[in-house]
Amino acid sequence: MSLWVDKYRPRSLDDCHYHPELSSRLKSLAASGDFPHILFYGPSGAGKKTRIMATLRELYGPGVEKLRIDQRVFVTPSNRKLDVNVVQSNFHIELTPSDVGMYDRVVIQDILKEIAQTQQVDLNAKQKFKVVIINEADSLTRDAQAALRRTMEKYMTNMRLIMCANSTSKIIAPIRSRCLLVRVSAPSDEEMATVLTHVAKKERFHLPATASESIIEASDGNLRKALLVFEAMKMQRPDLEGDIDVARPDWETYCAKVADMILQEQSASRLLEVRAKIYELLSHCIPAHVVLKTIADRIVDKVDDELKASVVHYAAHYELRMRQGSKKIFHIEAFVAKIMSVVKQYALMGMTEDWE
Amino acid sequence: MATFGRLQTAPTPQDPRLQPWVEKYRPKTIDEVSSQDNTVAVLRKSLASTNLPHMLFYGPPGTGKTSTILALARQLFGPDLFRSRVLELNASDERGIKVVREKIKTFARETPRNAGVSSDGKTYPCPPYKLIILDEADSMTQDAQSALRRIMETYSRITRFCLVCNYVTRIIEPLASRCSKFRFRPLAQGSSQARIQMIADSEGVQADPGVLDLILQLANGDLRKAITYLQTAQRLHTAGDSPTPISVMSIHEISGVVPTNVVDGLLRSLGVEPGGGINTALATGFDGVRAEVRRVGREGWSAGQVLEQLHDALLPLATIPTIPKANAAIAIAECDKALCEGGDEELQLLECCLRIKEALGKA
Ligand SMILES: Nc1ncnc2c1ncn2[C@@H]1O[C@H](COP(=O)(O)OP(=O)(O)OP(=O)(O)O)[C@@H](O)[C@H]1O
Ligand SMILES: [Mg+2]
Repeated sequence: MSLWVDKYRPRSLDDCHYHPELSSRLKSLAASGDFPHILFYGPSGAGKKTRIMATLRELYGPGVEKLRIDQRVFVTPSNRKLDVNVVQSNFHIELTPSDVGMYDRVVIQDILKEIAQTQQVDLNAKQKFKVVIINEADSLTRDAQAALRRTMEKYMTNMRLIMCANSTSKIIAPIRSRCLLVRVSAPSDEEMATVLTHVAKKERFHLPATASESIIEASDGNLRKALLVFEAMKMQRPDLEGDIDVARPDWETYCAKVADMILQEQSASRLLEVRAKIYELLSHCIPAHVVLKTIADRIVDKVDDELKASVVHYAAHYELRMRQGSKKIFHIEAFVAKIMSVVKQYALMGMTEDWE
Repeated sequence: MATFGRLQTAPTPQDPRLQPWVEKYRPKTIDEVSSQDNTVAVLRKSLASTNLPHMLFYGPPGTGKTSTILALARQLFGPDLFRSRVLELNASDERGIKVVREKIKTFARETPRNAGVSSDGKTYPCPPYKLIILDEADSMTQDAQSALRRIMETYSRITRFCLVCNYVTRIIEPLASRCSKFRFRPLAQGSSQARIQMIADSEGVQADPGVLDLILQLANGDLRKAITYLQTAQRLHTAGDSPTPISVMSIHEISGVVPTNVVDGLLRSLGVEPGGGINTALATGFDGVRAEVRRVGREGWSAGQVLEQLHDALLPLATIPTIPKANAAIAIAECDKALCEGGDEELQLLECCLRIKEALGKA
């Protein structure tokens, strides 16, 4: 049995619930035959991947849904072997280059060359070109992005790229110049409500407005999260009536606890305790930047107005450092220590530091 | 790969109806290259004298660098000799220096001879050297670049190099100094107008007044982008049974420019009257700024783009005193750098906005 998120994922552009203008735009592009390279961008859970798959279906028909997973081996210039899983149909191939980290260039290069030098021989194929989907395009290294530049132009006869990213800021200008940028914004609260009601109807039960509201409230425009929360809630409280608390994920509660610890006491021994907690979070595979952001968010909500800007400043500062450095925990810890110092100074002398 | 066979021959020419316009309208001769008059004038001369220096083309994306060198090569050698005389290597090819050296060595081994009339009935200058195009040279490593220096010298009698790149500062000086440099500027609106108009005419594009101007303005000197906008808009407006002329609205939507109301909302929360000046009465507290920043993120606008438009909206305001304005500009610049280095979009944008608000509040 599949989860609701998958079970009720719209398969065609016509079935997509919100952003009808976007669907019709994609439809006319797919119909024209001169489909461009496209970069889809927008927040997580807004439905980028769904739109991409629906667009592929529009291009090639239901055949694209026959997926197979191949394990492929790539060899780096330094003769390391990389095993990569690729998902593909007869018409497209899908890659998540961040799976191979700094070797993404090799993988991209090999795959694109291979696709570009082969031609559809399936005579029934509706398009002459094959599509390469690149997930998480914003985590491609610069090297890999550079490798895409001329390839995208040269092999356009046989290949189109569809890239998927949260933002365009990390995509280099020459790539942006070669793509049509398509923004997928998060659904509005009303649009989310429509989707939830639709799912409830399909599952043959009634969704009370209060429940719907609290799900939407907890999911911040992320439809995937909303559907997951919804399904979990339905399992716990089948009637969905009355005052229900949306269960926050454990790690979120845990981060909030850490934030409170920081605000309660600022000392070396407390820093050590906090450190142990952060290790705990990281060892449960919660991404370091999510940990830092969540803690910072909670602190911002609790401190006096005078301190809020400083907290954001240091969160931004150490989050960036963390991306540049290699030991994540160092930077979270530095952030915690800094916030402790800021909070303490303010408590002792009512002073805010001038961080500019 | 059951349904794919290896392509044995050159790709079959594509049905021109299905070809993306950027490729369809790639200049075939250097005279078709718009807006780069100086470069074209110099190249035309060297075409006449058939004496070519080593060259370095640099400039932002979509300004005609690749098109120009390919057109020049075609005009020098004609269709028959193009394959044997021109070698194009780019960043997607394996460019460890060993590979480059081997490729170039093999390629340069045979001394080229002058040729007579080409199969298309025209005569081409066919100078007695080969042309090696290193496109996207800025992604070559330093080592590879220094090795290239030697290679250029070794084969200088029978080869000419053309390096093409976006960022000239990434080319090492000794290499750059061996080349005649050609700077490709962002296309001026006036001179690229003719080209886009020509494309619109030959494709039978119907557009509302002002649309072509807007396309060029939003493409910001990148003609490739302008052509993509035009083609996309044309698809959207001719998809149904009753085609409509391209409207200004759809161009805005396609280009991904953040609408004014979003930018204005952000400005107000920082205490700035859009188009006016500082008005601290408008400024909201921390929560107000955060709400605006979150809204931007939820709607999917990229922080980089928002920052750019924030910058363009703030800096021309004459009523903001110099020092606060300078501090705001510094905040924007630092945020831009942080974003490029991979900082979290929401955090960085929020931090930047708070700093701007703080700076302007001191005015
Ligand atoms: N100066 C120009 N004159 C005419 N067409 C141009 C010009 N510049 C760009 N174009 C159009 O844009 C397309 C891309 O141009 P080109 O490949 O030459 O850009 P580039 O400068 O090499 O960009 P990049 O740095 O991204 O490689 C061309 O196919 C052509 O249609
Ligand atoms: Mg180029």
